[in-house]
Amino acid sequence: MTMNAHPYAFLAVFLAVAVAFPLILLSVAQLWFRFFQPAKPSLDKGSAYECGIEPTGDSWIQFKAHYYLYAILFLIFDVEVLFLLPFAVAFTGLPVGALVAMLVFILLLAEGLVWAWQRGHLEWK
Amino acid sequence: MADFYFNLPLWFRLLVQGFAVIMVVFPIAGFCSLAERKVSAWIQGRPGPNRALPVFIAWVPVLGPFLQRLGIFHFMADGGKMLFKEDSLPGHVNKFYFILAPIVAMMPALTTVTTVPFGAYLDAAGQVIPLGLARVDIGLLAVFAVSSLGVYSLILAGWASNSKYPFLGGVRASAQLISYELAMTLSVVPVFLWINSPGMPGTMSLARAVEFQSLPGFFGGAWFIFIMPVAALIFLVSLFAETNRHPFDMAEGEADLVGGFHTEYGAFKWGLFFVAEYAHMLIGSGVFTLLFLGGWNPLPWVTLAQFAALLHVAQLPLVVGLLSIGIFLGKVIALIFFFMWVRWTVPRFRYDQVMKLGWQKLLPLAIANLIAYAIGIAVIQK
Repeated sequence: MTMNAHPYAFLAVFLAVAVAFPLILLSVAQLWFRFFQPAKPSLDKGSAYECGIEPTGDSWIQFKAHYYLYAILFLIFDVEVLFLLPFAVAFTGLPVGALVAMLVFILLLAEGLVWAWQRGHLEWK
Repeated sequence: MADFYFNLPLWFRLLVQGFAVIMVVFPIAGFCSLAERKVSAWIQGRPGPNRALPVFIAWVPVLGPFLQRLGIFHFMADGGKMLFKEDSLPGHVNKFYFILAPIVAMMPALTTVTTVPFGAYLDAAGQVIPLGLARVDIGLLAVFAVSSLGVYSLILAGWASNSKYPFLGGVRASAQLISYELAMTLSVVPVFLWINSPGMPGTMSLARAVEFQSLPGFFGGAWFIFIMPVAALIFLVSLFAETNRHPFDMAEGEADLVGGFHTEYGAFKWGLFFVAEYAHMLIGSGVFTLLFLGGWNPLPWVTLAQFAALLHVAQLPLVVGLLSIGIFLGKVIALIFFFMWVRWTVPRFRYDQVMKLGWQKLLPLAIANLIAYAIGIAVIQK
């Protein structure tokens, strides 16, 4: 049963609902805080949490550049995976040549993985 | 009844449906949190939450103490606690993004629920008609596309907190989520190779996947977990990683990162993250059930239509609808129990192990699996 004549329109409407609902909840919590709770701000409450001891140094710490490598690799593979989904949907209508072409495409994907693996980009050091 | 409903104005129906989704997701998330505590207590041999008891329930003789021991009121108390706690905003955070992050976490969780079909009924001709709120024909693609937006909430929360632990947690979580998304997406491609049979319009709809697990014949009636066990395994493992569940909960490994990306959060803003996590688990289990566990079919090789005929209820759409929803939810709840079981059984991975499993084990396995099934299905069909 199609409960909605325009499923995508419903999805769009629901996106708005999904944004509005947490906003309403947070506003209610905030209003409760405003009117019924005594505000007790303190220096310790407002400081960054570091296991209860005094926060040391800047909070902008260094982190491994390796995360970026994973992000770039992800970007390449994700675009390639995206092309596989229409292939899967149109699969049965495709001639053998297209299937071979797609296999070559998947092997290119695998080759990219092998390359990154051999370069040691996949090793978390 | 149905006619009355469909004669209502469109905006009103949308409002009702939106409200219904929220009313389903929030209590289920609450019950999941209670179940999590009870299951963990059961596995560790302790009684678990058994204290909370509203006054008027305490007067009921036998039922009151029973419900108290069941801990059924704890999730209401938890919800109330979240609302009444001090909604503090630490001074060092980036306020706009700090408040935006939990909203971004809830948004994909609530939106994707609508694209998951949750049951079916039989029409007068005996056809199985799936029930769903938004029956988009790109079903699974919509689920993936919207739910992967959830990664932004982790990055925003980690970055806006302007503190060390949340920042590291956010970075780790985002790298983990994107890594497992690849294996997850690749693992479902064989399913859609299988179900896009000749002469039918190409689709990525989840309802179609269930339809293909309720066909007559040995391969027709088999659930996809039997036909594609490797794909199901990859999908399940990736699901654990995508929902930040236990062996993969790098984002909030309390031993090294305290609470991870939501260390600085409290009260309702934290509660939204919490609900979103359980909602993601719910949706993930739902998608796994639809793709690999036969959706609303009670048993492998036994379809909903046959089951309804066996119970002599095939002529009653309402009964069949409720039955199918019950079967579907039963499988989803069993899967959620499995999530909890794993959480209290398997030790947490190290971060290098997580990345190694994602990139060096699951991704090559998913590619090999895809190639094998593409060639195999092509050989069978041509």
